[in-house]
Amino acid sequence: MNCPECDANLNIPDDAAVGEIVSCADCGADYEIAKKEGSDIELKQAETVGEDWGE
Amino acid sequence: MQKICIVFDRLRTEEKLLQTQASEMGYETSMIDAKITRFNTDSNKSEYDFGDVVLERCISYYRGLHFTACLEFLNVPVINSFEVSNTCGNKMITSMLLKKNNIPTPKTYFSFSAESAMEHFEKVGYPLVIKPIIGSWGRSVMPIKDKDTADAIIENRQVTDGPQDRIYYLQEMIDRPPRDIRVITVGDQIVAAMYRKSSGGFKTNIALGAEPEICKITNDIEELCLKASKAVGGGILGIDLMEDKNRGLVVHEVNNTVEFKGLVKVAEKNIPKEMIDFAINYIRK
Repeated sequence: MNCPECDANLNIPDDAAVGEIVSCADCGADYEIAKKEGSDIELKQAETVGEDWGE
Repeated sequence: MQKICIVFDRLRTEEKLLQTQASEMGYETSMIDAKITRFNTDSNKSEYDFGDVVLERCISYYRGLHFTACLEFLNVPVINSFEVSNTCGNKMITSMLLKKNNIPTPKTYFSFSAESAMEHFEKVGYPLVIKPIIGSWGRSVMPIKDKDTADAIIENRQVTDGPQDRIYYLQEMIDRPPRDIRVITVGDQIVAAMYRKSSGGFKTNIALGAEPEICKITNDIEELCLKASKAVGGGILGIDLMEDKNRGLVVHEVNNTVEFKGLVKVAEKNIPKEMIDFAINYIRK
């Protein structure tokens, strides 16, 4: 699968789960795995860090 | 066999560790993304896959807090409760509860306008630490050592003028070693403790690069943390302490959605297992 931003190859581990974040090693864009059914993977833009994020 | 649900908005190592641990212990699990879950005032528990108990693990405080309100509306047992989340998410309310329960905590000053905040500085003097009442990872926590800095920071708050900017939380600067102590409590048990050593600056947040190091749990730490946990309502918590050179240990923060991926590697106890056990016992009570 390629990065929607820069088209570089995205390395998505086999055990990655829905909700996890994957980052593009080339451009640094972050994506959230929105759907994963076998090799059918959908990504969406990850949320940026919010003011209320954390513990 | 009971079913444990983990509610998340970003699937991190902690949530995966909890799911794996629960599965290894033989419990069914469900993982629910808060961002794609909908409720309404006619919603019923049976429409959802929340299982017998929910561990609310959202990274966004407000999202997690309001999701918890929805869960409690549906009578779904949730850890931590809305009341605990609400208390621990707000540093001002936490400080007040700690003090009311005779738990040593830094002296903290509250005011509700820029002018009033400046009066605190004039009367108390410098340094003081300014913190947002809601926020984590050390964001916008700043030591203020002189009037010029106070003027600049307060002016900046007036420019941004968000709802939180009008609430000033100013805390005495504790004379301490360049580290603090993070203790994870689960119910009435201390599960693990670590020193968080500053990586050079004033802050000791792991998220900012502080070095974790295992901390021996002394009787003082245990007693103080269990009192702090009880004061805020209990549950699964991350309690932060500083070693005041004059007064000894002081509790300065209690965290609601505790992060533990660093500590889990060095802790003697199995942190996720303690949390899952607590969740199961929570619904047995």
